[in-house]
Amino acid sequence: MERKIRVLIAKPGLDGHDRGAKVIARALRDAGMEVIYTGLRQTPEQIVSAAIQEDVDVIGLSILSGAHNHLFPRVVELLKERGADDILVFGGGVIPEEDIPFLKSKGIAEVFGPGTPTSRTIEFIRANVRRPLV
Amino acid sequence: MTDFEKLEQNVAAWNAKVEKANEKFPERKKQFVTGSNMPVNRLYTPLDQKDADYFEKLGLPGEFPFTRGVQPTMYRGRFWTMRQYAGFGTAEESNARYKYLLEQGQTGLSVAFDLPTQIGYDSDHPLSEGEVGKVGVAIDSLADMEILFNGIPLDKVSTSMTINAPAAVLLAMYIAVAEKQGITPDKLNGTIQNDILKEYIARGTYIFPPQPSMRLITDIFEYCSKNVPNWNTISISGYHIREAGATAVQEVAFTLADGIAYVEAAIRAGLDVDEFAPRLSFFFNAHNDLLEEVAKFRAARRVWAHIMRDRFGAKNPKSWMLRFHTQTGGSTLTAQQPDNNIIRVTLQALAAVLGGTQSLHTNSRDEALALPTEESVRIALRTQQIIAYESGVAETVDPLAGSYYVESLTDQIEKEVQQYIKRIDDLGGAVKAIEQGYIQQEIQDSAYAWQMDVEKGERIIVGLNKFQVKENPPKGLLRVDPAVGERQKQKLAQLRASRDQTAVQSALEKLRNASRGTDNLMPPILDAVRSYATLGEICGVLREEFGEYKPNVMF
Repeated sequence: MERKIRVLIAKPGLDGHDRGAKVIARALRDAGMEVIYTGLRQTPEQIVSAAIQEDVDVIGLSILSGAHNHLFPRVVELLKERGADDILVFGGGVIPEEDIPFLKSKGIAEVFGPGTPTSRTIEFIRANVRRPLV
Repeated sequence: MTDFEKLEQNVAAWNAKVEKANEKFPERKKQFVTGSNMPVNRLYTPLDQKDADYFEKLGLPGEFPFTRGVQPTMYRGRFWTMRQYAGFGTAEESNARYKYLLEQGQTGLSVAFDLPTQIGYDSDHPLSEGEVGKVGVAIDSLADMEILFNGIPLDKVSTSMTINAPAAVLLAMYIAVAEKQGITPDKLNGTIQNDILKEYIARGTYIFPPQPSMRLITDIFEYCSKNVPNWNTISISGYHIREAGATAVQEVAFTLADGIAYVEAAIRAGLDVDEFAPRLSFFFNAHNDLLEEVAKFRAARRVWAHIMRDRFGAKNPKSWMLRFHTQTGGSTLTAQQPDNNIIRVTLQALAAVLGGTQSLHTNSRDEALALPTEESVRIALRTQQIIAYESGVAETVDPLAGSYYVESLTDQIEKEVQQYIKRIDDLGGAVKAIEQGYIQQEIQDSAYAWQMDVEKGERIIVGLNKFQVKENPPKGLLRVDPAVGERQKQKLAQLRASRDQTAVQSALEKLRNASRGTDNLMPPILDAVRSYATLGEICGVLREEFGEYKPNVMF
């Protein structure tokens, strides 16, 4: 039987807007995933440590402060350094579309902007999770 | 037969007729609800208000319970203050934006600080990396604040500052800039947000645990009552609670519960309620359900007036008045077809004006995408000016009073707010309710229910889940220069090299000693600011002495 997908929802940086992070965390849980939410003000280092410690398959990063171009790529870099780049990383928040190609080139698998239905994020995770589920 | 009896009969007969017609031509929905899920009847008549005592429920404008407004003539005297929240990048760039807004007819300033400033870190702190100047202006020391207000006479404008955990430090900087302009503190007008409880609940820029935070707040109340008498010492905020997903009822209930906690803390600290309560102010949101929002503002005034008079025994009518700023709802803006947001903002701004706001910020159409451009901000300001000068709604006081629907909604919101406040009292007050996660959980439940309603199509958001079009990515969004962080770091290095280090150290040590005792912290903070100690250094001392807040994480 397939095991449950494990997801870490994280708030990098100093941004305090976590309505979206909490809604997505709950939607993923309701969709049968195991979800951990880090809370606010996490450094990329803390996020990567938590992801490895919790043995997650997916990291969802949420930023609404505009610091995404700086903080998202840093998380992917650290995952590589620690040999955990099989973890799927996606992002969400107030992120201009023109920044998305840059973020994807840095290893962010997908970026979900304002108004994205949670069902789309759920489907995306199920279709793209890289680590084996059996 | 009395008129009411006759009406009752007529309404019953009318309803029967309508129900019958309904079988053939059903209404759009089985159940109609407000934006916050309150049931809405098909028809409201005098029967819905037949037990209402006019004087008890409404009274006259400027009189208890202030349902009809806090001033006797409202906007016939003068319009609300048009106050656009602005700030980004360096103090120089934000100073230019403020001067532009004042030239465009804005009547008050509203300063947005970047996240490091709001959390008490200097721009060169490792956690500030990537955040400097992004969501507001970066202020590290009095030197930045001098540039921010350069050429703006502080005795002529009123300034609102969205600053909470380090509010005492930014207020001290403002006072110090005024001193340099030759203006004494008693001439200053403005507001600091200074509302830590909603930071724990919804906004996230807390630093210290509740107890020392409440002390800083009551120290400000006391200091300002003696030295800065026209300053609004707190802006008790429902705005962010609503943005986090709360309903209109929850917004008012949790905000007033926070207000009760501040009043209790100040009374416990030995202040007389009428000394500080006239300077308390509030900050609410305005969402799309126009009439529900109007009712919300009116209900909030009535509930607060009773709390202050009946619960706290305040004698001064100014202590009973709920004065508030409104901002239109950021979370209602869509990234899709962003020009539609202009219409949303118009409805929301109208609600605030019909609800009797004292000041108003209208959001810009592009804020679901980025910080607003100058053009977008101008449209947002023009929206307020059109409501003020062209719509006619400002020509009489509380124009929707007496609407059977609006009065019924006002009563319903009042009742539900009182029930929440009772529940929070039973939990031991707002601070306890926050520590137990009760308030956060209630808000999260509402946020999730809203999202599910939208995804199921039970709530229609135009352009988002209906009437979509194919769009190209928006062009010309405002981008904050990524070099701001570096420039700010260089300025800070120069400051640290050029100031009198002994004076800074001695001021910080005095602040440390004061924080260990019970003296008011404003004077030592003011001295530290004058010595050009940085915000990060001042908050650093307080972090060491007070510790940091550890939130209870849940979803």
